[in-house]
Amino acid sequence: MIALSIPARRQLNSMLWTGASAFCAIGVAVVLLLIMGYVVREGLSALSLSFLTQLPRPVGVPGGGVANGIVGTLIVVGIAALMAFPVGIFVGIYLAVYSHRRMAKCLSYLADVLAGVPSIAIGIFAYTLLVAPFRHFSALSASFAFAVLMVPLVIRTTEGAVALVPRELREAATALGAMEYRVTGKVLLVAARPGIVTGLLLALARVTGETAPLLFTAFGSQFWELDPSKPMAELSLQIFTYAISPYRDWHEQAWGGALILIIAVFVLSVLARLSFLWRGGTGISGGTD
Amino acid sequence: MISSLPKSYRTEADPLPTPAPDRTTAPTAELPIKAQLRSVGFYYEKFQALKNINLALHDRRVTAFIGPSGCGKSTLLRVLNRIYQLYPGQHATGEVLVDGENILAAGIDLNRLRARIGMVFQKPTPFPMSIYDNIAFGIRLYERLPKSELADRVESALQRAALWTEVKDKLKQSGLSLSGGQQQRLCIARAIAVQPEILLLDEPASALDPISTQRIEELIAELKGDYCIAIVTHNMQQAARSSDYTAFMYLGELVEFDETERIFTHPKERRTEDYITGRFG
Repeated sequence: MIALSIPARRQLNSMLWTGASAFCAIGVAVVLLLIMGYVVREGLSALSLSFLTQLPRPVGVPGGGVANGIVGTLIVVGIAALMAFPVGIFVGIYLAVYSHRRMAKCLSYLADVLAGVPSIAIGIFAYTLLVAPFRHFSALSASFAFAVLMVPLVIRTTEGAVALVPRELREAATALGAMEYRVTGKVLLVAARPGIVTGLLLALARVTGETAPLLFTAFGSQFWELDPSKPMAELSLQIFTYAISPYRDWHEQAWGGALILIIAVFVLSVLARLSFLWRGGTGISGGTD
Repeated sequence: MISSLPKSYRTEADPLPTPAPDRTTAPTAELPIKAQLRSVGFYYEKFQALKNINLALHDRRVTAFIGPSGCGKSTLLRVLNRIYQLYPGQHATGEVLVDGENILAAGIDLNRLRARIGMVFQKPTPFPMSIYDNIAFGIRLYERLPKSELADRVESALQRAALWTEVKDKLKQSGLSLSGGQQQRLCIARAIAVQPEILLLDEPASALDPISTQRIEELIAELKGDYCIAIVTHNMQQAARSSDYTAFMYLGELVEFDETERIFTHPKERRTEDYITGRFG
């Protein structure tokens, strides 16, 4: 080994570590850009107004679109959000405020475990619960599966956001004689709102584009369907069906669908970032007296 | 339950509050005792932070608590409004008699207690709502007031806290938009708006710049004629200037408790003298 002086060795060390980090960062960025670039290149040609507004056409017939898939995704994700957000937020607040209790520790652990369950297993669970007994597929069962996927995320981010509120704020509200629910509702929640909203948006981003649970819950459809108790078209399902088919124009449509999904998730993620920067939260003073 | 206080709320819009009439000449024996602490102890889990505290807080007087860091001053204050009850594993022993009623007993309505005994913390903690709502928050908890009366109460609280002229045109703005000193005065206004009987101040000026500190001290001098005030402070000069009684604490024990003038000129205990003259702490 070359005998280096200590300062020189430290310099070399520093450069190696900085270099390695930069290399990894660039690597990740490159991979991301490649994927997005590829999808954009393949999918852009398929994007058109008719693609966004028409129903799928049979193979061989040109044209057609994924309109019912887009609407279906919106409905399924929307209902899932309605189911998951209240549950997740309430549990998250409970875990943050009563973190010392044994029940809270158990729940926290269970939420973490649930977060790791494969989405297809959750899909089968929803199938067993909501599809098999009724003997038909439905968007509602898909929403249920999505909700189960979202709840652990919402719990964790809500818990994190509420736990970050300085305890002096909670004490100050309590010291005025406010009861627990007032302190939580009017002070804690409002202070934690940016973090909670970010968590909700991230949960939405996570679930948009999940495909496995949909295979045996929403099942897909070729037609317009707004009734959640019926099978419904879903964008990610359509991509799946088109992508594994042997028809080239269906492949193009799959790319178009994938592009739409990526844009949707991208927009949600950016919104999540921005919402976090909007700090309505805790004390930041504006200068000196 | 909430005692009536002199309605001297309507003062002129004046940046500096006019001082209350000097009542410091009343002999000690005539002053009613607002809170009596008997053999009070406190535990953080197994650690005993307060040992056998016996003292009395006089009504309409300021009692200052001084001592080195970790001696238990803030802990003692937090016993008085039982805010420690928020955290499991912390508990108090002994008796604290407020108007003859032991507030450490089981079955005491903690929320009502805290409405009677207000607290201002070291760090300014404005709620994430408008300035008006910040002050109205406490009032709305226990009183149903018509809008005009509520507005009057908010205004008088802000006036007494010497904040009215600075915020009267921006009551709808968020409390967080104020500077540090203003936020702390907001917290004081919030605490006095509910007309408490006892006011607990936990180092209210230590997180502020010197000018804000001075204003807070003037404020306390103004308020002292109407409330029983207990203040924890690291600043001995502040204690000497603004309090009537001083309690010197060390390692969880009450070393000496006496009228401020006597403590700072002829302390009875050696440790008190050492602390006051700066030999330690």
